[in-house]
Amino acid sequence: MFRLKKSHIILLKVIIHSAAFIPLACLYFRAFTDKLGADPVQELLHFTGIGAFNLLLLSLLISPVTKKLKQGILLNLRRPLGLYAFTYALFHFLSYLAFDLQFEWQLLISEVFKRPYIFAGILSLLILTALALTSTKSIQRKLGKAWQKTHNWVYLALVTIGLHYFWSVKSSLLQPIIYICFALILLLLRRNKLTKKFKRHN
Amino acid sequence: MLIRTPKPSELKENQVTDHNVYQNRRNILKGLGYLGAGALLSSHKANAFNLFNNDDETSFKTRALSFAQTTSENDKHILTPERKIITHNNFYEFGTSKADPVETSQNFKVDPWTLKIEGLVEEPITLGYEDLYKAFDLEERIYRLRCVEAWSMVVPWIGFSLQKLLQKAKPLSSAKYVAFETLYDPKQMPGQKSRFSGGGIDYPYVEGLRLDEAAHPLTLMSVGLYGKTLPPQNGAPIRLVVPWKYGFKSIKSVVSIRLTDKIPPTTWNKLAPSEYGFYANVNPNVDHPRWSQASERLITTGSLFNRNRVATQIFNGYEEVAPLYKRMDLARYI
Repeated sequence: MFRLKKSHIILLKVIIHSAAFIPLACLYFRAFTDKLGADPVQELLHFTGIGAFNLLLLSLLISPVTKKLKQGILLNLRRPLGLYAFTYALFHFLSYLAFDLQFEWQLLISEVFKRPYIFAGILSLLILTALALTSTKSIQRKLGKAWQKTHNWVYLALVTIGLHYFWSVKSSLLQPIIYICFALILLLLRRNKLTKKFKRHN
Repeated sequence: MLIRTPKPSELKENQVTDHNVYQNRRNILKGLGYLGAGALLSSHKANAFNLFNNDDETSFKTRALSFAQTTSENDKHILTPERKIITHNNFYEFGTSKADPVETSQNFKVDPWTLKIEGLVEEPITLGYEDLYKAFDLEERIYRLRCVEAWSMVVPWIGFSLQKLLQKAKPLSSAKYVAFETLYDPKQMPGQKSRFSGGGIDYPYVEGLRLDEAAHPLTLMSVGLYGKTLPPQNGAPIRLVVPWKYGFKSIKSVVSIRLTDKIPPTTWNKLAPSEYGFYANVNPNVDHPRWSQASERLITTGSLFNRNRVATQIFNGYEEVAPLYKRMDLARYI
């Protein structure tokens, strides 16, 4: 039977790095050189937001695929994909803060608490930050069983990111609905695990 | 206030210039190579991957208009650059992204065009394509355009007061409202083909004003910007501009102006009544349910690092319209 080797994983990692990093670098290069349309701020926010969602969905696709193909080594791809999802989300927030709100801290605070979609966004970023900070192998070892528990928060982030996107659009709900469907499929693939957890908590 | 009404004694540019030269000034500029370079810069789709490809020109042909010029050299620095005005458009009939309209509208046919003024009027009027530019004297007006999405531009429009058109049609005393309608032509407007492609909107796009709002001298029917006829993405050949209201009130590519006794069912109001009111007056004190309206990003020449967040003003700064809403609770009638 065909087995993925370490060299394959390295190749896949190179692909992930180039497919995630190069567009982000191009985006900001174009933004800083005023080549990103009439309102570069909006373009930055859309691209990084959608990019973060794409990467998060991809990272959550890894473990079902790994199980299906019985190629355990694929699990090594979760970390770079997850970290890039976090990076995109961080750039999304920083662009909002620096270029949209232009460091009006008061406005930021009032928007976070007044607007459900901004609140959902901030909550998602906090979860992704915690997951990124605890993503190294050594912390994983140190935390033991607690690590998996911590990283199960990603499912909540998936829901809050879906809400953040859905609530943020003016009309044309089709695209957010498609994304939410993908998210639901990924959650459904884990229904056994999730229902077990839910029962245990009650 | 940015509007300058020229004194009758003031000489107009077309009076101090030989008529042929004046009519030809765009060609002269073109001959000098200016327009060629300008056109190259004038459009590109915002796309992160589109790193080197900046040459998708706007192919729609606009032409120079003669009008009473009110822009002076002093005003130039405050205007939003033409390239930004014609590449950043909310016009869902041509796609829901802001870069879509300039891409998908370049083959839009504006000639022949028919604009009907009908309903509760003594004298219904039908204007053809050429009439749009000839029926009334054209003048330039620099207005701030405040989008409900909390960004704004400064646009040198060319057009005539809607008031003049209404006076000609003679509204009946029973007329209370004015309903405007955009062209419905799914063959030309891809957004109208299905609910999905056009952002869930039930086309044709309809907007409306109270008759006294429509008759206010600031309310403009625009046929051009930056000295030329309108490009399709900005609402060619004729559109409404109501500078003290959020941009979605300023309906584009208008084919019908109907006077009615009932409040017209307007597009965005029908779609989300709690977010987009019928009045939609710019008001920093009443937030959109999902974002603050207290300030806005003014899109002009600056780069990404430009501190362009400015305080939003009541009625977008056009306070002379305040008497229209004297006894109204503006927090309720959004």
